[in-house]
Formats: sequence, C-alpha cells, structure tokens
Amino acid sequence: MSDRVAVVGVGAVPPRPLSVDRSYRELGFESATRAYGDAGVTHQDIESFISVCEDFHEGTSITDEYTPDQLGAVLRPVHTIAGDGLQGVAAAVMLIRTGIADLVAVEAHCKTSNILTHEQVLAMALDPTYERALRVTPHFVAGMEMRRYLHETGSPEDAVAMVVVKNRRHALGNPVAAYGGILSPDDVLASATVCEPLRELEISPNSDGAVVLVLASEEAARRTPKPVWIRGVGWASGSPWLAGRSWGQASYAGVAAEMAYRMAGITQPDREIRFAEIDDTYAYKELQHLEAAQLAPRADVTRMVMEGDTRRDGRLPVNPSGGSLGMGYCFDATALYRTAEAVRQIRGEAGRAQVAQATTGLVVSWRGIPTQSGGALVLSAD
Amino acid sequence: MARTRAKPAIARAQAPPYVPLRGHPLNEEEFRGQVGSTAWAPRLEYAWDAGVAISRFLDGLRQGKIYGVRCRRCGRTVTPPRAFCELDFKPMDEWVELLDTGTINTFSICYVTWDMKPLRVPQIPAVIEIDGTSPRVGFLHLVGGVRGRTVTEIRRQVRAGLPVRAVWKPPAKREGAITDILYFEPVRKRTKK
Ligand SMILES: [Zn+2]
Repeated sequence: MSDRVAVVGVGAVPPRPLSVDRSYRELGFESATRAYGDAGVTHQDIESFISVCEDFHEGTSITDEYTPDQLGAVLRPVHTIAGDGLQGVAAAVMLIRTGIADLVAVEAHCKTSNILTHEQVLAMALDPTYERALRVTPHFVAGMEMRRYLHETGSPEDAVAMVVVKNRRHALGNPVAAYGGILSPDDVLASATVCEPLRELEISPNSDGAVVLVLASEEAARRTPKPVWIRGVGWASGSPWLAGRSWGQASYAGVAAEMAYRMAGITQPDREIRFAEIDDTYAYKELQHLEAAQLAPRADVTRMVMEGDTRRDGRLPVNPSGGSLGMGYCFDATALYRTAEAVRQIRGEAGRAQVAQATTGLVVSWRGIPTQSGGALVLSAD
Repeated sequence: MARTRAKPAIARAQAPPYVPLRGHPLNEEEFRGQVGSTAWAPRLEYAWDAGVAISRFLDGLRQGKIYGVRCRRCGRTVTPPRAFCELDFKPMDEWVELLDTGTINTFSICYVTWDMKPLRVPQIPAVIEIDGTSPRVGFLHLVGGVRGRTVTEIRRQVRAGLPVRAVWKPPAKREGAITDILYFEPVRKRTKK
C-alpha cells in the first residue's frame, strides 16, 4: 500500500473584513460544497473530518461540536485540532497513512468581525501571573520580535515595508483578495506606529472566512481530477516564556520545515522549492520565515526582498496570492488559505497570480501571537 | 434484604418526595479567599452574525410566528430553520410557517439556577417538538403556566409527549429573540382546526 497523501479538493469563501450576511455555518457549508465538488466526491465519501478552531475565537465553548452540520459530518467521525491549521492537515495525513481513512476533510473558519474585544482574547493568551498583569497590548510581542530581528540582521525597516508593498501588489492579481493596492515603502513607513518598530500597514487586517480541504490516500486520489501531493509535513512549538524565546528568529518554523523536508527528501530547499505561501501575519514574519525555511541565508533575505526576487516574476515567488497582508488574516483558517492558494498554483489555476513552473511549493504557518508554534508543508505536482 | 415483587409495568412510579436543597449562594469571599491564586476577569464581547436562516427565524418570532424550512430532497421540515439540510448536504430554502404548538420530547424540573443557586419555584426546561415538523425537530424552551412547585405537583401536569402551546410576549416587547416566546404551557384540549 502506498503511503502517499494528496490534497484533492479545495474550497473557500473570499476572506472579507465583514460577513454580516451569513453565519459561520453558512460560510462553512459553501466552502465544503466547493471542496467536495472540486474533488468530485460527496460528503458521504468523506470518512473522517477535522475541525481547526479555538473556543475564544468563536465565543462558544467546545465550539467544534457545532462543526458537523456544515461539513455533512452528522454521526460521522469528527475531531478537533485547537491549534494551527497545518497541525490539522498533519492529523489528516496521519489518519490516511495509518489506514483509518482514505478521504479526510479539514475545516477552519473565522468570524474575526464577531469578536468585539479581540485584545481581551489575546490578553487571555498571556501568562496570567507574569505577563497579563502588566496590561500592555499583546501586539508588543510582535514589536519586540521585529526589533530583535532588525537588530540581529541589520535589515533596514524598508525591507519589512517592501514585504507589504509586494504582497498588496500581488493581491491585485488575485480576484478573491480584498486588500490589493499600489503602495510605496514610504507609504508603509508613514503609517501609524502601533508598537514601534511595528506599523499599522505591516499588520495583516483581520478578516472573516472559511476553508475546507479534502485529503486522500494515493488510491483514492487517483480517482480525483486534480491531486496535488503532500510530500512532507512538519510542526513544532518554541518556548511559551517571553523571556526565554529566540526573538530574532522563527525557530519553530525552522524545526517544522526541517521535519517536512526530511519527509519530502528535500536536501536543497532554496533550489527545490519553486514558490512559497508563507505566514505574513506581520510583515517581518515573512522575512523570519524565509530564513527559517532555509529559502535564503539570513544575510541574503533583505537583498532578495529589496531586489524583487520574491515577487511573482522573481526567482523565488513568495505569497503570490497576496498573503495575509493582501488577502486578510483569518486566525485559525490562515494556514488553510495559504495551503489552498499553493494548491491552486501547482494546478496552474492561479490565473493572473500564476507563477511560472510552480511544481513544488512550500507553506509555512504560524499560530499567531503570543505563540511560537507553526507548521510547514511541502506540496508537489507529482 | 428480600426482593419486593415487581409492580405491573403500567403502574405509574411514585414521584419522589420534594426535599429542598440545603446551602446558600457562595459569596465573594468564599470564591476569592484562596491562597496563592491570580485573579483575572475576562471582558469578552461577541456579536454573532445570525446568517440567512436564523435571521428570518428571529424576524418571524418578532411577528409572533415560528418559521421552518422544508428539504426538497428528504422532505423533512425543520425549525429552527437552516440554510442547508445537514443530512442531504443540499440548500434548504422552502420556507413554511408553523403552528406555535408542539409536544414535549423531554424535560427536567430544575431546583437550581443556571449558576447553581437554589430555587424554590423550579424552572422546567424542555425540548419542544413543534407541530408540523419532522420527528426530533424543535428547540429548547421553558414550560410554564404550571401550578405548584413540588415534583409531585408538577409531574401531575407535565410529561413527555404532552401537547403545549407558546405563550408570547406582547408584540411591543418582542425583540427578535427566542425569548419573544415566554414559555410553552400545557394544552389540555387541542382546538380543532
Ligand atoms: Zn434533507
């Protein structure tokens, strides 16, 4: 029996800052309908379902209990990953490789607009005894990471601004991206300071959305029209302690990428990976993640971004979809949006966002502040 | 101990005697007197988008009507309405106006509040299957209009399978919420249609 696993269906609704017209159930139903149709399967063909969600983001305890209806999963095997989206994908890979299921659906959604006090949710994620009592906006964690990254690498703030310029421009080529725009680095640097050195335009705007992916064993994938193969998957967590973490680099992403590369048999990531959909919740994160995934040595990252290597037509296109900066940040669903966009690239379905020779792609995810948790996924056309 | 002879199955079991719960509500001091604890009061606020189906349902309640939807594929009629049939996985958009009567599926007589404080007059949460819907379709509400407060008194009047009818708030006080129905009261004789 083959132990290869493929993504055979993707379905998503366009992320938007508001979605007052529909409930999360209705958004999820649309995404699932699209994903099952894309894979050429029905809800009854899916043998196991995974929901990626967090109670505080939903305002409902045991929120995953509300998932089955919109996936067609009533009285079927369902379980939850309250973590990063790629951890949900990894769980699906395990279900398939252990022979428990041949077809698995992974779901994530977010109604960021329904959380009226998001800063309170973030505050709840800080250690209650040591950190919360100081009453500082949790964005400070990002400000401190960015400060240390710039300090260690000597990168100019322009490089961070250039990530925003690039991803917002990429978003113009993606018909479902909400935040396409033509900006200059000066526009970005002139935006309001949130937690210096972090600026407003360097933070991805929160958006509502829903994504469903269908994963399949090789045997089941051969019966579907457009399989994209998962060659490697990895995930890792760093330290929860603010004082004890590696502020200047995304060490969790380094470990996750190594794990995924080992499984994929990739020894020279900078040559074998042809494009990347990488977490850019904060613009500096894209730089950290490029380095962590060994797509560029630390000393070269700034130059690559400044010289346009990471543009859609560059040597290593990064976030040709627009990333979270261009499409919106969808909390728990972010990693699945990145994965869905990478699948579209490899299928050659990305339209004006299409990069040339998108044969092998990398997805890097991050669980968001204040975590040091993330994942990596290597996807390939064969 | 000798076994008592089993009563015939049709005999109604005696309702247990009403025993008032002992105790009192916990006070602030009792909650917060712990040594070595760190307190944090979350101030979390949400405003959930009700969506297509539930928005119309809530609007119906404001008008004193219970709306449902029928699935064109499996034929089930359900309320609260939903935009899709969770069994057939197809859109569900044939709207029907239902009666405000139904049947108790199950219920409980609760002598504590939702935050576990003793109650002398009990709350009676029940699942009401609304008339005109398919089996096991309905919603959680309260049973009211019942005399007495002891288990014996209430069980004489409330049982699974009992027909009930909605008692509504006056129109001016309705706000498009499930609480626009105050409670469901027992119907002793159903009016002919
Ligand atoms: Zn149906």
